[in-house]
Amino acid sequence: MIYFDHNATAPIDVEALRVAIATVSAAPANPSSVHAAGRRARAAVERARLQVALALDVKPSELTFTSGATEALHLAVAGLVRSGDHVLISAVEHAAALGACHRVGAQIEVVDVDGFGRLTPEAFARRLRPETRLVIVMRAQNELGNLYPVAEIAAAVAPVPVLCDVTQAFGKIPVRIPELGVRAAVISGHKVGAPSGVGVLYAAPGACTRPVFMGGPQERGRRAGTENVLGIVALGEVCARLDERVKRTHELGPLRDRLADELRARLLGFHEHGDAAARLPNTLSFRLEGLAGDLVLPAMDLEGFCLSSGSACASGSLTPSPVLLALGLSEASAREGLRVSLGQGTTTVEIDRFLDVFPPVVARIRAVLLEN
Amino acid sequence: MRIVVAMSGGVDSSVAAGLMVEAGHEVVGLTMKLRDATATEREGRAEGSCCSPDDLRDAASVCEALGIPHYVVDYRDAFRKAVMEPFARAYLDGQTPNPCVLCNDHLKFAALVTRSKALGAAQLVTGHYARVVETASGSHELRAAFDTRKDQSYFLFGLTQKALAFTRFPLGEMSKDEVRATALRLGLPTWDKPDSEDICFVPDGDYARVVTEILTEIGEPRRPSRGALIDESGRVIGQHDGVHRFTVGQRKGVGASSEGRRYVLGVDAATGTINVGPPERLMASGLLARDAHFISGRAPGPDDVVTARIRYRHVGEAATVRVDGPHLDVRFLSPVRAITPGQAVVFSDGDLVLGGAWIVRSQELKPGADAVSPTASHS
Repeated sequence: MIYFDHNATAPIDVEALRVAIATVSAAPANPSSVHAAGRRARAAVERARLQVALALDVKPSELTFTSGATEALHLAVAGLVRSGDHVLISAVEHAAALGACHRVGAQIEVVDVDGFGRLTPEAFARRLRPETRLVIVMRAQNELGNLYPVAEIAAAVAPVPVLCDVTQAFGKIPVRIPELGVRAAVISGHKVGAPSGVGVLYAAPGACTRPVFMGGPQERGRRAGTENVLGIVALGEVCARLDERVKRTHELGPLRDRLADELRARLLGFHEHGDAAARLPNTLSFRLEGLAGDLVLPAMDLEGFCLSSGSACASGSLTPSPVLLALGLSEASAREGLRVSLGQGTTTVEIDRFLDVFPPVVARIRAVLLEN
Repeated sequence: MRIVVAMSGGVDSSVAAGLMVEAGHEVVGLTMKLRDATATEREGRAEGSCCSPDDLRDAASVCEALGIPHYVVDYRDAFRKAVMEPFARAYLDGQTPNPCVLCNDHLKFAALVTRSKALGAAQLVTGHYARVVETASGSHELRAAFDTRKDQSYFLFGLTQKALAFTRFPLGEMSKDEVRATALRLGLPTWDKPDSEDICFVPDGDYARVVTEILTEIGEPRRPSRGALIDESGRVIGQHDGVHRFTVGQRKGVGASSEGRRYVLGVDAATGTINVGPPERLMASGLLARDAHFISGRAPGPDDVVTARIRYRHVGEAATVRVDGPHLDVRFLSPVRAITPGQAVVFSDGDLVLGGAWIVRSQELKPGADAVSPTASHS
């Protein structure tokens, strides 16, 4: 099996998981318990918080552990926005960010992207209103791989706070929260090799203190519920070696580019999506004219390749990718979207293997469609 | 050989997949997502019958148990256009439609065949109770299942040679009991799942509500006409809420007269009239049908006596078939009961399914005459 779906979930970092299992085994307790085992579990959580803080270049006290990025986004939005507040959100945000805004009853205004999925600071600044309470923009787009000028956007909309979804950027490119100039940011463990079920909210001092889950003093009252110690420790361990991860992802750039060039040369009707000038090194978003993604994906799966059509969430809901629709593609074209996202273990051999298998599969499907 | 199995989530298609795996094939399970969960299904008030969200999960767990890949294919739009809309519109015309045939013709044995080929499969297998037989000349025949109580060949009369050549029905030679025993032997989680008999998008049997819902969703301003119930003497015996609540041969909602039981004899959507009368008036000796399809490509000769079934579960009646322009003129050797416009008439010769057509109306033969006139119930 060749795994080209790292943007959906990265394979587990076995070394980090091993440390986490050893830690949890040595401290089989609730971090809130007063006994020795509980104190050891508490120490493990706080050590992980420090590791994440160092990776993001923030203070540990500014971080809240959650069950994932979705919860972190809800916590952030609940803390920064009240019902009826005006929120500017980019057209390519993850559905969880939009969902969090709907949840609090915000007045949502979408900032459109151009045909390459690009966003400009001016587009946000132009739409600011006196009652605008929040701007939401991601650092890296999960389907396209596009990178967005978050710092410039934050400067353009100041003093309106910015919530930045760095889920997809974290671990792929350097992310230093202070350089982004944002009030809040979220990351997710399973995108960087920690188990799913752990995420982090960064919030500037005094921001996002209104809890969504209530009934316990955990996370300084911001998030009730016993901490996911295993996931938190694993995430901390990943963060301790995050620079290596970022470096390795950077090296995927030439592999991604070769893949794109070869496919463009070999396949009719190949269209690449996104911003070639500013994007993640590992992500290739494209479509093949007339070939619905839900035909190609199973066909490639049967050949042992894990790809995605749009985001993992979008392929589950069987609807055209909202991100590709935001680029101005028709519904039919948006259903043709495919995403290859490379990761830590990707090799040249895997790319070659893909190039051997993919074009004949495409040719077979096209022949069948032509005949029927 | 790579084989795609169409999996509904029921025990039949589960066993079909299991048998293919056992035979050593590379098996791929596909489940068609045909519609969104209905409100009743979401609230857990009704079991879905086929292709509901629960059925998708069942199909996935069967594939997991068999160790084969499983994919969901989104045919919601196609199903709406090719099956649900014609279903609802048929009621506007006073007909009683048969959506399962449309689903087979337009989705299972058309779009799904194409998709299976695109996946590199050599065959599409389904859990239907029917058989495909290849003749010496290389053409393909559709034959009834060995288990006559379960036989579904009626619903498959529209299959083309191209579809049949690509399709196999491994349950055609098994009884339902054998199928359940096989499911148990293979450890399939659906082994004791109840059979589904209802139309999949009417899981609670409330046709009238579903018809209205579909018409609303597609923006169709017309509604099934309301009108009078009229007995055989022309007397108005009551009013009704819509022609879609009635089908030929129905007793419910008609009431009884002093002379005895009364049945729906005919539905006239143009005037909203429901004609009712005694059971003997339901008998007719002929029918007119349209859009005939014959599997071999040839209609029976005018003197060939074939068996004609006018609904699923009908045992069939000896008949002759004449092609009359765009129509088929079907004459029964003995009268049949409750010929229902909108249903399919399916012809067979023994267990060989010859083809079928869609019933337009019944017609009464004048003894010794070629000219025919519609039966009184439809005049």
